[in-house]
Amino acid sequence: MTQVPLQTRDLVAGKPAVPGAPLLSVENIHVEFRLDFGTVKAVNGLTYHVNERETVAILGESGSGKSVSAQAVMGIIDSPPGFVTDGSVKFRGVELLTMAEKERRQVRGERIAMIFQDALTALNPVFTVGWQIGEMFREHHGSTKKEGLDAAVELMDRVKIPLARDRVNSYPHEFSGGMRQRVMIAMALALDPDVLIADEPTTALDVTVQAQIMQLLSDLQEETGMGLILITHDLGVVAEVADRVVVMYAGDSVEKGEISDVYHNPAHPYTMGLMDSMPRHDVQKDRLNPIKGSPPDLMAIPAGCAFNPRCPYAQDICRVEKPHLHELGEAGRVSACHFVEEVRDARNRSGSRL
Amino acid sequence: MGRYLTRRVLQFIPVFLGATLLIFIMVWIIPGDPIRALAGDRAMPESVRAALTEEYNLDKPAWQQYWLYISGVFQGDFGTDFRGRPVSELMGQRIPITARLAILAFGFEVIIGIAAGIVAGVRKGNYLDNLVLTSTLVVIAIPIFVLGFLAQLLLGVQFPIFPVAGIREGWFSYLLPALVLGSVSLAYIARLTRAALVENLRADYVRTATSKGLSRLRVVGVHTLRNSMIPVVTFLAIDLGALMGGAIITETIFNIPGIGRAVFEGVQRQEGTVVVGIVTFLVFIYLIANLVVDVLYAVLDPRIRYE
Amino acid sequence: MSDRVAITGDIELPDEHVDEATEDRVASLWGDAWRALIRKPIFVISALLILIMMVMAVFPGLFTSKDPRSCPLSEALQTPSAEHWFGTDVQGCDYYARTIYGARVSITIGLIVTTFALTIALVGGSISGYYGGIVDTLIARVTDMWFAIPTILGGIVILALFQNRGVAQVSLVLIVLGWPTMLRLVRSSVISVKETEYVDSARALGATDFRIITRHILPNSLAPVIVYATITVGVVIAAEAALSFLNVGLQLPAISWGLMISTAQNRILTSPHLLFFPGAVLSITVFSFILMGDALRDALDPKLR
Repeated sequence: MTQVPLQTRDLVAGKPAVPGAPLLSVENIHVEFRLDFGTVKAVNGLTYHVNERETVAILGESGSGKSVSAQAVMGIIDSPPGFVTDGSVKFRGVELLTMAEKERRQVRGERIAMIFQDALTALNPVFTVGWQIGEMFREHHGSTKKEGLDAAVELMDRVKIPLARDRVNSYPHEFSGGMRQRVMIAMALALDPDVLIADEPTTALDVTVQAQIMQLLSDLQEETGMGLILITHDLGVVAEVADRVVVMYAGDSVEKGEISDVYHNPAHPYTMGLMDSMPRHDVQKDRLNPIKGSPPDLMAIPAGCAFNPRCPYAQDICRVEKPHLHELGEAGRVSACHFVEEVRDARNRSGSRL
Repeated sequence: MGRYLTRRVLQFIPVFLGATLLIFIMVWIIPGDPIRALAGDRAMPESVRAALTEEYNLDKPAWQQYWLYISGVFQGDFGTDFRGRPVSELMGQRIPITARLAILAFGFEVIIGIAAGIVAGVRKGNYLDNLVLTSTLVVIAIPIFVLGFLAQLLLGVQFPIFPVAGIREGWFSYLLPALVLGSVSLAYIARLTRAALVENLRADYVRTATSKGLSRLRVVGVHTLRNSMIPVVTFLAIDLGALMGGAIITETIFNIPGIGRAVFEGVQRQEGTVVVGIVTFLVFIYLIANLVVDVLYAVLDPRIRYE
Repeated sequence: MSDRVAITGDIELPDEHVDEATEDRVASLWGDAWRALIRKPIFVISALLILIMMVMAVFPGLFTSKDPRSCPLSEALQTPSAEHWFGTDVQGCDYYARTIYGARVSITIGLIVTTFALTIALVGGSISGYYGGIVDTLIARVTDMWFAIPTILGGIVILALFQNRGVAQVSLVLIVLGWPTMLRLVRSSVISVKETEYVDSARALGATDFRIITRHILPNSLAPVIVYATITVGVVIAAEAALSFLNVGLQLPAISWGLMISTAQNRILTSPHLLFFPGAVLSITVFSFILMGDALRDALDPKLR
């Protein structure tokens, strides 16, 4: 493995990194898809950051904009129809959104890498895994075919694929689901990126394999010190590995905070709903309480608080004014609910849980 | 790969025998008096009739007739014409000419067809895409002999860029006929390439390739194109039969003395044995080409090698 | 229905429900398709053109009062004029009248061949796809053999042997060579529908194979077949013209666009109109069917919508 010398870490596509800036910060980002039958507002003002050695979970239902926001960070949104209409994505303080495509490519894959949900479809079926991993070195470092293949074997060893030397010339369909996801991870980690975005990395896998993959990711993070952005709808996964969590609804965050705070004392009716709809082994519950109603239509997001039609606590103001994130007592803890205190009190009084 | 190939070849044998048997039955068994049928309404001296009966073993049982006929085909014996000249001799003169035409036509359809398909597919919905979609539909709809005459009139007579007919000007005189011959397949290939490209560009692995920091050129040219060629290659095999039928028509229109023109002349002169001999040969080539394409298919798509 | 219950003791009600569900789904597919179609100009135009061609085939007298077979040699090879809209041919026949009357054989052969090939394909394809196993293998191998003979090549060989070639002979040969592609399509379509849950539920409720195939599988697998059949009509019309052009199709005195073009080919320099009119009408007809197939595909393929 060729370790990138430290001083080049201070350069982002030739631009000097800003000292002390977060590893990656996303501010007020907006993404929309302009389709024939209307405009889908997929991301609406999401803001978060991640530091080195830190795992931030982005939690939300499908259609909440969590994957789209990650693709915006990577700069891989199909345009048209997708457009990033506002906001900023800074890597080590350097703005990515205004970068020329050629410079952006030096960041993509090399400094910020991404892995996807279904490794079977995310890997190219007609090339060997070794070729696909080696391509990172050939394209970014100008390595030869042989060097690329050797590096691929090393990486496959590192992600604990048995008999890597023998399997480097196999095709994706010859691997099991878990092994394919390891190949995907090996490819993402090839150039030792600073940030890894994992988009539902375990959703397509069996439960036992899920645990192995999460363990692998957290081991690798330990080793490399990268920042990890974990996109998931699985509260269980979040609870086990994340340091902080961003709860998304209708393309924006409704609550952010340290994992244990959010988990044990949710500060938004939507987060509470998520917690109540999940079976948990640490709490005895007679029955699960699913959130009523369905996720919002992103072509017609409700006025005011996007969650108001489904919210058991909604008042008139919720239907008119979009609540801003306001800070709560705990460190880094914010919630976008007009009635945080009331809602929390009501919940604690009713003793519906814990 | 080896197993796949073996299986393909094993499948090929019954199909080949079956197809030739079908032709054999249609030509030699169904008509009752095949020599009468093959000769059309020309007068037939007894000596010729006897020679033909001998030549095609018509005095032997049907299964022997077929066996002798098929083993003859494998030895390059495609029968004789009514003057006793072997059909293979005629084919020897004509095939190089048709081969030149076919290679050019094939080149046109593959190169221009794929290029047009890529141009249309990478920017789906823009004016180039619409242009390709509309023009290919028009080309597909115009029967090849209408298109041939149209091209001849327009580019040979009105604007005499190309020779009207014949092959006196060497490779140059093959250009227009080849373009006509390849045009329909060219249109199909363009549409197929476009459709496959549009579909594959939405595939997850293309998004992965982009997120690896590869250039757009590499994402499309390396990661998407190879997958998109799979349906195109499949089409090429099936299409070869149409190309052969088209060659007969094109050579007739442009007066090119190739093997297709020989078939047409055989029909005109009611030389049934010539027609049957050549067509059997073309079906043979068609089947061999299909086998080659199957191999190419396996090279392109590793998934099917392990079926 | 009721007598079947008496005989087999089938549970009537749920079976009927499954049928209704299938019918609803099929009805909504075709209903949606229809609503999508009538708003598409491509469909409307091609349907209109096909309608005109059909009327032309059945009632040519509506389009011309001239007799296509009255050919005064004194009027031979005239260029288009008010008297003869499309001019006259080498024998002095009115070319417009001949072009109009030519629609009949084209449309007839196109429809006959498609109908028969489709019937063979539906029966063979459903049996092959539904039962699988040895029946499937057998049908598939026979199909492969026929498929190995390219249409025009096979057509030349067989038709060259016929002394008299009319609509019947040409149609027969095109049917014989045309069914394999369609059968493969029906087979794969049936196989994909066979695996669905509503077929499983119909089977679990004790429906007969015949009923499952005709009530559940065929209606749901028909969409791609209809699209292909529509295009086939155009392809067959073009194939007939090509065979006639090569002198192995229809014979004079039949009136056919392919024959007209064949006769015209020696005079394309002096009388290009002899080539132009039948060529144009033939192209428009083929084009209409292909366009119609394209529009149908867009409307019937829920994935594209």
